[in-house]
Amino acid sequence: MEDIITITVKDRDGEMHKLEAPTDMSFNLMEIIKAHDLPVEGTCGGMALCASCHCYVKSNHELSEPSEDEEDMLDQAFFVEDNSRLSCQIKITEELEGLEIELAPVND
Amino acid sequence: MIKTDILIVGAGPCGLFAVFEAGLLKLRCHLVDALPQVGGQLSEIYPKKPIYDIPGFPSILAGDLVDNLMEQIKPFKPTFTLGERLETIEQTGDKEYTATTNKGTQIQAPVIAIAGGLGCFEPRKPPIENLANFEDKGVDYIVKDPEKFRGKKLLIAGGGDSALDWTIELASVAKDITLIHRRSSFRGALDSVDKVMALANEKKINLITEAQAVGVNGNGVLKEVIIKSKSNGEFALEVDNFIPLFGLSPKLGPIADWGLSINRSAIEVNTEDYSTNKEGIYAIGDINTYPGKLKLILCGFHEGTLMVQSAFKYIYPDQKLSFKYTTVTGITGVE
Repeated sequence: MEDIITITVKDRDGEMHKLEAPTDMSFNLMEIIKAHDLPVEGTCGGMALCASCHCYVKSNHELSEPSEDEEDMLDQAFFVEDNSRLSCQIKITEELEGLEIELAPVND
Repeated sequence: MIKTDILIVGAGPCGLFAVFEAGLLKLRCHLVDALPQVGGQLSEIYPKKPIYDIPGFPSILAGDLVDNLMEQIKPFKPTFTLGERLETIEQTGDKEYTATTNKGTQIQAPVIAIAGGLGCFEPRKPPIENLANFEDKGVDYIVKDPEKFRGKKLLIAGGGDSALDWTIELASVAKDITLIHRRSSFRGALDSVDKVMALANEKKINLITEAQAVGVNGNGVLKEVIIKSKSNGEFALEVDNFIPLFGLSPKLGPIADWGLSINRSAIEVNTEDYSTNKEGIYAIGDINTYPGKLKLILCGFHEGTLMVQSAFKYIYPDQKLSFKYTTVTGITGVE
């Protein structure tokens, strides 16, 4: 279908998951990952207020720059790298076809 | 010993509204919350964010919703134990539980309603090996008494308000203070950022940016923190105290030890009355789970409403409870 893209997510055990995501329902990436029952908390519900959906962007897709709010929240996250993002702040659009991400480790 | 009808664990929106519904049935409530203020996530995480799905409010700031709920439950004179975490629940008699907080406060009630949301907010601890070995031996996650750090060499990590504010406050107390942050810019209040920059320029504090603490060493007590910096690689900094300040995150905490049926960090309940597997203990709001569960404030309000009806029948099995609308009877507070 035209308005469905495929995203690859590497979970914390190194397993790869191909997820389908509709582009016309204003989902964000965290919601898609959660909907597929992958272990992302999304505690704050997508407000960039908890960092529990921290992931690494592995492919070369051009994403919108993180907002100041997102950067601020990443300051409270751990294992932060240059390619770190909060998946709740990434809107699902057709440009993201083939996106590859990896879930960041959690510190428990 | 505090005695009440319903002990509500968690003073977030669902716990607060349950006081109202309990009050209509003349049941008294006492609330315990680990945070020093009421409102739960709404006050701690997003007080300035608008909420759009509270019936009757096209938009309301989370903080205002908490204020309104406090106003709404005022006639029922709820009592609070704030800043204390409920640790244990013990059955001490027939229809009698005794609960104890981490500070030893005891509350006795026939019914306990757990409205714990996501659990207790606890400091985020950086993923540094051995860090736990130095807790209270040089590593602190909160500053309780600045005097503890007088004349000490300190390392503070973090980029938010608490990291900035404590750096400013402790600059005049500590012998030597270093602030380390992941980025070169800070997210704290502008005024605090300016002050920290000024202190750094005057060499009153050492500021290390684009760096993270990655290791701790010591012999029983903390001696040094290993810092990994983008420009200078890894190096050791000798300190007496290391204070990582990365905000708070919720943990289920002691709730997991109360013998309740837990499924993926949530308490399983019967949707007829939101009762748990233990008689007299209920769970409402984000902390519970059942088929079709949605973590919404408005669902928590509903759950609390049904819960108190069941709690009333449990406490007074011989009394008849007839449901009345507030539009008919108004609100009768308690003495």
